Amino acid sequence: MTWFKDAPPWLRWTAYAAFGVLILTIVQSLDDTNQLTSASSSQSMLRWGVPILLAGLGGLFSERAGVVNIGLEGMMILGTWFGAWGGVTFGPWWGIALGVLGGVLGGLLHAIATITFGVDHIISGVAINILAPGIARFLASEIFTGIPGGSITQSPRVPGVGNITFAFLAGGNFGAWKSPNLLGWIAEKDWFFVSDLASLGLGMVSRVSHMTLLALALVPFTGWLMWRTRFGLRLRICGERPEAGESQGINVYRYKYIGVLISGALAGLAGAFIASPELSGIYLQGQTNGRGFIGMAALIFGNWRPFGVLGGALLFGYPFGIGLRDLSGAASHSLVLVNAIGLAGVAIWALTRGKRTDAVLAGVLSAGAALWYFSTQFVPDVWKDVLPFVVVLLVLIFFAQRLRPPAADGLRYRKGET
Amino acid sequence: MKFALGRRMLLTMAAPVTAILFALVTSSIVLLASGSNPVAAFGDMVGHASKLETMVDIFNRATPLFIAGIAAAIGFRMNLFNIGVEGQYLLAGLVAAHVGSLFLLPPVIHFMFIMIVAMTVGGAYAGFAGVLKVTRGVNEVISTIMLNAIAISGLVAYLIRVWQAGDAIQGGVGRVGTTPIPESGLLPNLNGLLEIVTREVRQGKELTGMLIVAILVGVGYQVLVNRTRFGFDLRASGINPFAAQVGGVAPKRMVVIAMILSGAVAGLVGLPEVNSLGFFAANPIQGLGFTGIAVALLGRNHTAGIFVSALIFAFLDISSGVLQFTGAASREIVVIMQGVIILAAVVAYEVARRAREREEARAAAAALVEAPA
Repeated sequence: MTWFKDAPPWLRWTAYAAFGVLILTIVQSLDDTNQLTSASSSQSMLRWGVPILLAGLGGLFSERAGVVNIGLEGMMILGTWFGAWGGVTFGPWWGIALGVLGGVLGGLLHAIATITFGVDHIISGVAINILAPGIARFLASEIFTGIPGGSITQSPRVPGVGNITFAFLAGGNFGAWKSPNLLGWIAEKDWFFVSDLASLGLGMVSRVSHMTLLALALVPFTGWLMWRTRFGLRLRICGERPEAGESQGINVYRYKYIGVLISGALAGLAGAFIASPELSGIYLQGQTNGRGFIGMAALIFGNWRPFGVLGGALLFGYPFGIGLRDLSGAASHSLVLVNAIGLAGVAIWALTRGKRTDAVLAGVLSAGAALWYFSTQFVPDVWKDVLPFVVVLLVLIFFAQRLRPPAADGLRYRKGET
Repeated sequence: MKFALGRRMLLTMAAPVTAILFALVTSSIVLLASGSNPVAAFGDMVGHASKLETMVDIFNRATPLFIAGIAAAIGFRMNLFNIGVEGQYLLAGLVAAHVGSLFLLPPVIHFMFIMIVAMTVGGAYAGFAGVLKVTRGVNEVISTIMLNAIAISGLVAYLIRVWQAGDAIQGGVGRVGTTPIPESGLLPNLNGLLEIVTREVRQGKELTGMLIVAILVGVGYQVLVNRTRFGFDLRASGINPFAAQVGGVAPKRMVVIAMILSGAVAGLVGLPEVNSLGFFAANPIQGLGFTGIAVALLGRNHTAGIFVSALIFAFLDISSGVLQFTGAASREIVVIMQGVIILAAVVAYEVARRAREREEARAAAAALVEAPA
């Protein structure tokens, strides 16, 4: 297996993903559903994954600069309100811009409290999470109630930005000429596994919002910015050893401010995306529903790295996407078996590393999930809502020791103190 | 020395007062900008709050906020962040109300039984986060956030449907929920006690009997933290865990016990509502846990401070209801005020702390100079 370990990371992760799809293909054939690998599932996964991804990247900028940001949720709420208001009043792209601005305001509060005044990061985050819904509700009561179709809890319809269907892959138009739909053609062939892969791919390249493209482009961009530029190096030193940065003449406060403000901007963008027609098409009170926290979970799952965050966002977006269209409940039921298989995998992995306790724990959990799967026909519909949180807990339980957060993450930094 | 103590008191009090003034100013600016008259709005609120019936409502809201504040404070005292009070109280309240409706026990014992169930559920749920922290190294902030979501949108959302009583509307209160608890499982209201000192309480308002429980919790917290070996260990672990360990305090055990205690108290937060309705509502009051964290922060984790903060937050919550009728302003302004108060308070405490540290350093330096070589 050394050849596999020596392979470049992107190749290994592609292999893991393909293996995951293979398991999904096998499992769904047991439950007589095709939801697990349908194009609509992967499309929903992407749509639900984008706000999680953006929030997670937001967390990355903040925590790499050493500031824990559990206020992401609040900043996201500000993003939904400002995004909806901007979209309704000025047009779709203005909605995005104002959503970002709303998030930046939340980020600025967090930055002032934690960096300038040295308040504990968690406390400031909790305060922002209390403040932000209040601001959104107040603004809604002042402004949306005066617009036809709006009320204190919701906005009128929000317009959306355009989308793109890829030519050749998904049959998008190439100028005036309609290109062939390659993935759609394979997906219809009903070839085992291959058609499933094509179908999942098809969902991710048809009618993709420009905002989604922007969000996905941010992943490699973040990686480049953080690990290939002087700016990124300086920002990261603020999260690892701020005193060391200070000794090199870096203005640590300034970099922390930049990190937290970008964090707020991305959380705001995530909020604007939720309010856009890609997901809701409307501002609704309470619509973020803990997605900011799932974004944090994706950040932890992804070990504070952009592609890891992307992986976490898609993984956590997947059950939401499934649950949305799974009216019979069969697909959510199948997911339980997938969980059981995943836990069994963890158990085997732990055994090969000689971690007996972990292996037993994972084995018991796996057996429990399998027992649940085989003893029931359906699972409660709340399962899809809690699955991301359960997965994060499990990841933390088994891999918390392997994760490596920035060394000075969450610590108070005062210039000139050690 | 006496002078310095007075100064210190002044510094301590200055911070929360500044925070509240700051919140008043900012919310006034917001109200002015939105075309409302802040003086009229706050006047309406204070006027409304001075009515006896409103005061009863304020105390009824302050009761769970105080308990939630104590729950959060137990964690804070040893630098543990129990963000999960929210999930713990909803889950505990639901389970306790359901289990309590299954049995018929003698009056006081029945209520005690419900309380014990609530505390056990809350304690176990929070204790799980504690166990994860000491055995698997999972940060309690993250795990309690995840457990909140699992409790609220998972367990509570599911169980409330399973346990929902058949008849749609119960007891004339127009709310749906679990099977009603027999009379023996409920605390009587305190109207009789209150009316000794006041006029008769009208409009069917009832001062919750849980106020007594809240006071007992407050006294228990005060004694436990300040007057017992355990409380000393708790505070020592919070200030310097390594020193505490050297002093013979087992840090892992302390983490788990503190989380269990915090969760057990959190389990009581939902009971005032259960007690007044007679069952756990399908749409319970939410957010008490998060506000409770704010209450603990504003009250500096001290019993008296938490009590006053709970009253302030309850006052804002309840008295703002009148704004809907007078139309002086949007009642949502108070949520902004609560947020601003807490953000301003933590900043002010931090500034005060640093000012005190500087002063102490100066005093120490002065003492060194004066001391004979």
